[in-house]
This record gives sequence, C-alpha cells and structure tokens, in this order.
Amino acid sequence: MTENLEALQRALPHLLDGLLITVELTVGGALLAFVIAIALGLLARSGNILLRGFARTVIEVFRGTSLLVQLFFLFFVLPLPPFNLELPPVFVGILGLGLNYGAYGAEVVRGSINSVPRGQWEATTALSLSRTQRMWRVIFPQAWALMIPSLTNLLIQLLKGTAVVYLITIVDLTAQLNKLRIDTDVFFAYSLGLVIYFVIAYILTIAMNALEARAKHRLGQGTRLREAVAAPTVDAEGDVP
Amino acid sequence: MNDDRVIWNWDHVFAALPDMLWAFLTVTLFVTVLGSIIAAVLGLLIALARRSTPRPVAAILTFVMNFIRMTPLVVQLLFAYYAFTAVPPLTLGVIIFGIHYATYMAEVYRAGIDAVPHGQWEAATALSMSRGRTWTAVIIPQALRSTLPALGNYVISMFKETPFLAVITVTDMVRAAQEYGASNFRFIEAIIMAGVLFLVASYPTSLLIGRLEKRLAYTA
Repeated sequence: MTENLEALQRALPHLLDGLLITVELTVGGALLAFVIAIALGLLARSGNILLRGFARTVIEVFRGTSLLVQLFFLFFVLPLPPFNLELPPVFVGILGLGLNYGAYGAEVVRGSINSVPRGQWEATTALSLSRTQRMWRVIFPQAWALMIPSLTNLLIQLLKGTAVVYLITIVDLTAQLNKLRIDTDVFFAYSLGLVIYFVIAYILTIAMNALEARAKHRLGQGTRLREAVAAPTVDAEGDVP
Repeated sequence: MNDDRVIWNWDHVFAALPDMLWAFLTVTLFVTVLGSIIAAVLGLLIALARRSTPRPVAAILTFVMNFIRMTPLVVQLLFAYYAFTAVPPLTLGVIIFGIHYATYMAEVYRAGIDAVPHGQWEAATALSMSRGRTWTAVIIPQALRSTLPALGNYVISMFKETPFLAVITVTDMVRAAQEYGASNFRFIEAIIMAGVLFLVASYPTSLLIGRLEKRLAYTA
C-alpha cells in the first residue's frame, strides 16, 4: 500500500493534468451539446419541412452512428485529402462529444417543448404575444424545468463518454490512470479513477438538481433553492429523478 | 488508383468490408446479444433484490448500482482487463457490458413494477396467492409489458457502445475500420461505412421500438 501511495504522490501532477483535460472536455462538450440541442430541438419543431428535415437528419445521423465512429471520423478522416483539416485533438474531442450528445439533447428539448400544456400556447395567442415572446417568456421556461432531469442524465453520459478520448491521443484522466497502473497495482489505480469519476458525476448531479429547483421555483412550483439545498433533492434512494 | 484525387473510392469499401462485417458478427452483435441477456436477467434480479432485501442491504445495493451507472464503462473495461488477465477479453467485455447495463435496466424494471396498479397486489392477496406466485404470475408479466420499449432502447445504446471494446484490444467493427485505414492510409470509406452500418442497424430498430411503445402503452 505504501508503494501505491508513493507512486500516487509521484503521479499526482500528471493525474491533475489529466483531470483538467477531462473537466475541459466535459464542460466544453456540454456547452456545445447544449447549444446544438436547443438549435436542433427548435428546428425539429419548425413548420418548414426543409428545416425540419435537416434537423431530423442531423439528429438521427449523430444519434445513430456511435460516438467513437464520429470521433474517428473527425480525427482520422478530416486531416487527409480531400478535407485537409487538421484540428487539435482536444478540439476534436469537444466537437465529437458536443455533436453526439447535442443530437440526443435535441430530442429532449423537442419533447419537453411539446409537453408544455396546450392551454399555455393558447393563452399566449389570447394575449397576442409575438412568437419570440411566446417561446422565451412562456413556453421555454416551463419546458426548461421539464427537460433538466433528462439533461442531467445526458451530462453524466457525456462525462462517461469522455473516457474514450484517449483513443484519439488525448491525455485525459483515463490515459493518466493507464500510466499510474504500471507503477501501482491495478486495483488501486482504477478504483481511484472510478471514485474520481463518481465524485465529478455526483457534483454535476447536485448542481443540476439545484438548477432544477431554481427553474421550478421561478415557475412558482416547489421550494426555493436555499431550502432545496438544505434538504437534498437527490431522493431517498439516491436516484437522479 | 490515385486516391488523393477522388473523395470516395469503392475499391476501398469492398476491401475493408469483409473484415468489418466479420468483426460486426463476431464482436459487435455477439457482445450486444449476450450482454443484453445478462443485463436483462441481472437487472431484474437487482430490481427484485432492492425491493425484497432488508433496508441496509438494499441501500448498499443501490449505492453500488449508482456507482456503476455513474462511472465510465471504458474505465470499468480497463479495470477488468488488467485485473483478470486470465479471462479472455471478449468474455470480459460481455460480462462488463452486461453488468453496466443491468444497473440501467434495474431502474427500468423498478419503474415497471411501480406502474403495476396497486389493486393487482390486493387481488393476489385476496386470492391468497403465495408471494412467489404473486410475482411470477401477476406482477412481473404486467411490469414487463411496460418495460419492454425502454429495455430495447438500452440494447441499442449498448450496441452503439460496443466500439469501446477497442480499449481492451477486442477488434470490433469500428476498430477493424480504423485498422484498415491505418494500414492503407485511407480512412474515409472504412469509417463512413462503419457509421452507415451502425445507422442501418440501429435506426430501424429504434423506429420499431417507438411503434412497440405506442402499442404496448396502457390505454387507461
């Protein structure tokens, strides 16, 4: 055990570097995915069949072809002719994660907007709100509260998805664990790694639950964020609701 | 063939496909099918155990389940690969995929069991059915009905995560495509074909599951 700890001490700076890359990929990928999800989710509800068709095609292609295929495409195919487009690996990672999970998120956005009760739409017409006002002041805030739980799940999936990026030469946390494994015993290195990922996932879940409590409070539902934090919003079984 | 001039060369498609299809059958489909069976059975066992074991045991089980769900499959694969060097990688892949997805399926079963109306339990009691018979003859058949589409969606997710097996040296279809690309310095056809094969297999299946979902929905 002491040998493990000594090896860990030596590897610590590298592990922190790897952790930083993993966090970078998670945050960057999540932000990109969020923007793509909103854009495609709204386009997929458009009345224009061309826009809707475009959104549906992009969504199905990125949902249907596996994350690793997309990463390999961006990493191996783009640098060669005819594209000749060589992107930095971390950028490729963020792009791949953002596109893949953005496509999944688009379905969540679309579904949540569709679940806002009919009466809300009719009310905006009765108040003769403009299209933008209707979406950003009435429909979206309600859809937002509905979509957060599913987005939380996707965010955790994205975090877990970052662990494959070492296959495209990014030295993330998993890559550093693979190096740590050589100097320590396997159990130690990977248990440590799993715990680190778990802690990140847990922090993300708590943050998203707080976001959900806030979104609901702003709609006049549920408790205020401060009260919600005092009594954890993770339910008794520890599940993400 | 002057590759640099053409964007798409069918010769490369036909050269790369045999290895890719072989890997698709022997790894991608193999792991998806066996992994799904393990996940479906183990998931049901976890769901039942969480309901019927004493509270502390159930709490530990829930924690372990969440831990597995919230940590990367890739790291779990690597862990198992280096910890159990005696087991062939493909077997490990099947087991780890099975366990990982069992934790997701357990949640699906839980929701399905919760969705069985309370009156069904009472009716079983009124007919003085044993606890085992209540589960096997009344609750589980009804719970399965509503869980089937969600389970199917997880099978598709598992299918799309099989390329992760590359991290434990198992050559799945995507890895085979990448190997072809690396040895010919020509990636576009093989990688795009890998994507197309995934899409061709998963998109119709997910449409089918969507229809199943509508058909099996309770019309109450």
